[in-house]
Amino acid sequence: MEFGPHLMLASLEGAVIASILVLTAMGLSIVFGVMRVVNVAHGEFFMLGAVLAWYVSTALGGHPAIGFAVALIVAPLAVGLVAAVSDQLILKRINYDPDRTIVGTIGMLFIIQQTTLMTFGPEARPVEAPFNQRLALPWFEFSEGGLQMIWPWGLSITSYKLFVIFAALTVLVALWLFLTRTKIGLIMRATQQDSETAKAFGVPVGTVYSCVFGLGAALAALGAVLVVPIQQAHYLMGADPLLMAFTVVIIGGLGSLPGTVIAAFLIGMSDGIISVFFSPTLAQIIATFLVAMILVFRPQGLMGKAET
Amino acid sequence: MLEVNDIHTGYGPVKVLYGASLNAQSSEILCLLGRNGAGKTTMLKAIMGLLPVMSGSVTLQGQELHRLPAHHVPRHGIGYIPQGRRLFRELTVDENIEIGLMARKQSRDTRDWVLDLFPRLRERLDQQAGTLSGGEQQMLATARALCLRPKVLLLDEPTEGLQPSMIEQIRQVIVKMRDEGFAIILVEQRVDAVLSIADRVTFIENGRDVRTTDAATLKQDTSIIARHLGV
Repeated sequence: MEFGPHLMLASLEGAVIASILVLTAMGLSIVFGVMRVVNVAHGEFFMLGAVLAWYVSTALGGHPAIGFAVALIVAPLAVGLVAAVSDQLILKRINYDPDRTIVGTIGMLFIIQQTTLMTFGPEARPVEAPFNQRLALPWFEFSEGGLQMIWPWGLSITSYKLFVIFAALTVLVALWLFLTRTKIGLIMRATQQDSETAKAFGVPVGTVYSCVFGLGAALAALGAVLVVPIQQAHYLMGADPLLMAFTVVIIGGLGSLPGTVIAAFLIGMSDGIISVFFSPTLAQIIATFLVAMILVFRPQGLMGKAET
Repeated sequence: MLEVNDIHTGYGPVKVLYGASLNAQSSEILCLLGRNGAGKTTMLKAIMGLLPVMSGSVTLQGQELHRLPAHHVPRHGIGYIPQGRRLFRELTVDENIEIGLMARKQSRDTRDWVLDLFPRLRERLDQQAGTLSGGEQQMLATARALCLRPKVLLLDEPTEGLQPSMIEQIRQVIVKMRDEGFAIILVEQRVDAVLSIADRVTFIENGRDVRTTDAATLKQDTSIIARHLGV
């Protein structure tokens, strides 16, 4: 394959990675933005979403689309609920103290991970994609007869991967509308700005925190349900998304949602492209290097605001 | 109307108030005077339930407030204008007002009433609160508190850092609210401003209320002020 089509293929792979990443990182960013909690257990909520998707789709049987559709709703809801409950049981009890929440969420990480190992087991299990047609993609080329459309061999994407990209975009738009157009979104943003004053205006900050923690976890779980037909469900699968999400959130600026979207796109695309042309390890090296450079030269992140 | 009875409170292990009391009546402006660190702001925060009250009580028309979770306190009709305004800076003017309206589920009428009091805000509804001028921010903070249609209004140094014309405007609104029957508790540093507006003055010293007098008495005998605030 020539360079052009090859690059297009790599970009599409990158877009899929970016789509999953943006959902996971968004969850992490919202939780930090509103609650000032660095959620180390975020990757485990991701894993939990994937594992639940496997349970749901196996239990239902029938056409894979049915199980997948149900998992798409049930898994984020269930994971969100688990997160909201653990917020009430753990984070609230330690008063959201920044240091202790890190230790607390590390504890949650191990509990969720080991519980999954004891019940789900150490195997990686696949979830069948609801649809998976191969779509050949065209490429344009100049030849004697002018612009010509050709169909290079190997230049294709599956319909499911396209669906992942569109699903992530839809969720992003929905999330944005939720935060900017609804009363609950307004309350969340007010709490993010000044939780004490919000309390003085009747905002039940404790409940808002639980909802936000649940929402963050549900976003991770949603990303996991989308990824599980491409990548199998496994009890250790949470580590990578956690690291990537932190990378994205640091580059974008902790708590800045537009920054998170931009950084997720950057990191996802570069990960896809560099992995195809060079090696996945190089992609990670570059991402980590970027984090280091951001921390040195622009510690508040691309879109973050400097503390005043 | 609002009675604070012998409360002890503070920030974690640091106690600030040791048995402070006050009593605010409707249609009256009660000023809290005291040196820096005497506990005036702490008093207002304790009334709002933002600090734990270790002993003593806060009651509004006979109803106990100090046992309620903080977010229930404003729902009983207490509007709070915190020190330094504490606006939701990245929200628009409109959204800040909306938060105020939500606290006691007030309707559009209240919104119109508040915007009629501060016409400047009506022109800036879509502007981010943090980009307003100091005076406009104070108007918004006041408007946000009035959105609750409160019975009691707590103001913590509302004129701090404002230009004289703005101070006068804020002062007029406070007097207007008093005449409409609000109970107003005002924390203010400038003695002349206090004397021109207050009906009664409570002096706070070292976490206790040491004296409550009519403003009229103070005007005649300014030595009282010197005794409690003297430097």
